[in-house]
Amino acid sequence: MEKAEAASPLGRFCAEFSESRVAVAALAVVVLVIGLAVLAPLFAPQDPYDIGKLVLGDARRPPGFVGAGGYVHWLGTDAQGRDLLSAILYGLRISVQIGVAAGAIAFAVGATLGATAAFMGGRVEILIMRFIDLQLSFPAILLALVLSAILGQGKGQLIAALVAAQYAYFARTAHGAASAERAKDYVVAALSTPMPASRVVFRHILPNCLPPLIVVATVQIANSIALEATLSFLGLGLPVTHPSLGMLIANGFQYMLSGRYWISIYPGVALIVLILAINLVGDQIRDQLNPRLKR
Amino acid sequence: MSAPLLQVRDLATHFFMREGVAKAVDGVSFELGQGEILGLVGESGSGKSVTGYSLLGLVDPPGRIVAGSIKLNGQELVGLPQAELRRMRGRRMAMVFQDPMTTLNPVLTVATQIKYAIGAHESVSAKAGRARAIDVLTRVGIPDAAARLDDYPHQFSGGMRQRVAIAIALLNRPDMIVADEPTTALDVSIQAQILAEMKSLVRDLGTALIWISHDLAAVSALAGRIMVMYAGRIVEYGPTAAVLRAPRHPYTRGLLDSLPMRAEPGQELAQIPGAPPSLAALPPGCPFHPRCPSADAICQTAPATTASGGRGWRCHHPLLDGAA
Repeated sequence: MEKAEAASPLGRFCAEFSESRVAVAALAVVVLVIGLAVLAPLFAPQDPYDIGKLVLGDARRPPGFVGAGGYVHWLGTDAQGRDLLSAILYGLRISVQIGVAAGAIAFAVGATLGATAAFMGGRVEILIMRFIDLQLSFPAILLALVLSAILGQGKGQLIAALVAAQYAYFARTAHGAASAERAKDYVVAALSTPMPASRVVFRHILPNCLPPLIVVATVQIANSIALEATLSFLGLGLPVTHPSLGMLIANGFQYMLSGRYWISIYPGVALIVLILAINLVGDQIRDQLNPRLKR
Repeated sequence: MSAPLLQVRDLATHFFMREGVAKAVDGVSFELGQGEILGLVGESGSGKSVTGYSLLGLVDPPGRIVAGSIKLNGQELVGLPQAELRRMRGRRMAMVFQDPMTTLNPVLTVATQIKYAIGAHESVSAKAGRARAIDVLTRVGIPDAAARLDDYPHQFSGGMRQRVAIAIALLNRPDMIVADEPTTALDVSIQAQILAEMKSLVRDLGTALIWISHDLAAVSALAGRIMVMYAGRIVEYGPTAAVLRAPRHPYTRGLLDSLPMRAEPGQELAQIPGAPPSLAALPPGCPFHPRCPSADAICQTAPATTASGGRGWRCHHPLLDGAA
């Protein structure tokens, strides 16, 4: 207790976090995977996007095969003769990029909408929140599917579709937290001065709504990575020349029954490990930020 | 004496709800001199807080000031646009809220919040702002103010937080501060300290203070004059000592009798029977008559205010001196 009082709030948070081995391991995995994804060009034996380097004769080779490039394909090759390890690293890169970008934009849009609704009250609040309720009443995947079909292929379009499907969760959470803050005296006091209303929302209300939003953010980043993989699996994500994890899984799917399991399984394992690790980190943060679960 | 700082005439603030109109404040008149401390006393729901909020124009819908006038330094506040009121709040009049746990923003340091409060009305350099912040925090009795400035509210105790809130209210040297039960959430020893500090602060700065409380004992230690409210009206007013020594209104008498220190140990505490009436459905005549020990038929008609020698009461059967 004495130690905890001396530390800053952030220091205390970190100390508490490090008490959970599972969470620390999960965080290590997240950092490792994101590090590998960001630095993929340094680690990957092959540039999977350079079609000129692909040798069709090396297609669908099992793990451990030494191909025409002169290096070992540790995880085998896919139907186009791509080194699967390289393809997975580059695929992770796309998944993480899109997941984080979509999560961050959905966070900004959703939190602003939710806090504004709670702040304004009246008709504005009803309009915004009922629209969000309406959207939440049908599956996110359906919305993302329709939108990416309309918008077409490409990273930007994919992120837009994911944001549209996910901002609602942030808005709901922000609205709940902001409604509680709105009634507190410090907000009343800030409003009684000439301070502009937007400043009250962004400097006073939103920062106090952050804890639940951070928890939603971790979950939603994992969700948007999964959603992106789903869209790509269904062929609505990125072009075939830039395979993300979902598309790699889809491409290998047809070879599963002929015994060439590695084309689908390894990208699938990478995806599961990443999403599981992010969710475990998110669970720990939620437990720590929830005062009811405090020991 | 020159013209009073604050002049309130027939103030009425009503809340328009589905169940009917709640007359939270119904015809309140009083004056407040420069540097004067006025205690406003009553049970929960007597309209004392709403009176305070009305003075600063902080009544939110469904509530509304329906009649009356509030003049601060001769300027009429009722009907003033919100933008104008915002410019005046903090600089000419300020408020201290009841619960020090929610009056400060938990994610900003005290220094930042004080900076905002100054910046709302004037632009000062970071250095000058800091010096002023240290000055007010020292004045309200926060030890080592310079070091505490960069702390967050959660690093302060309840009493210290309320001191910070009072410091922020004093920051722009307002003419008048309305304090809405500022010591109710604090323990008794801290309460006594803050009361003593408030008294000397007000004397030094010449700020007028309206101290709203249900605690007659706390108010009597601070205020020169008190007003007792019941059901949205002032039922008795006068110099604190005189009102406490010889209350005229049976309601004031009841409040005084229910103070624990007036009872013998082990003896049951005196109480006023019944509960305050619903403000949406006041009994006819004197609103206190259903609970009043001396009520009779005439109390079905509303009593007028009797004024005499700086005191006043609103009762058909005022108590006499020494009628204990």
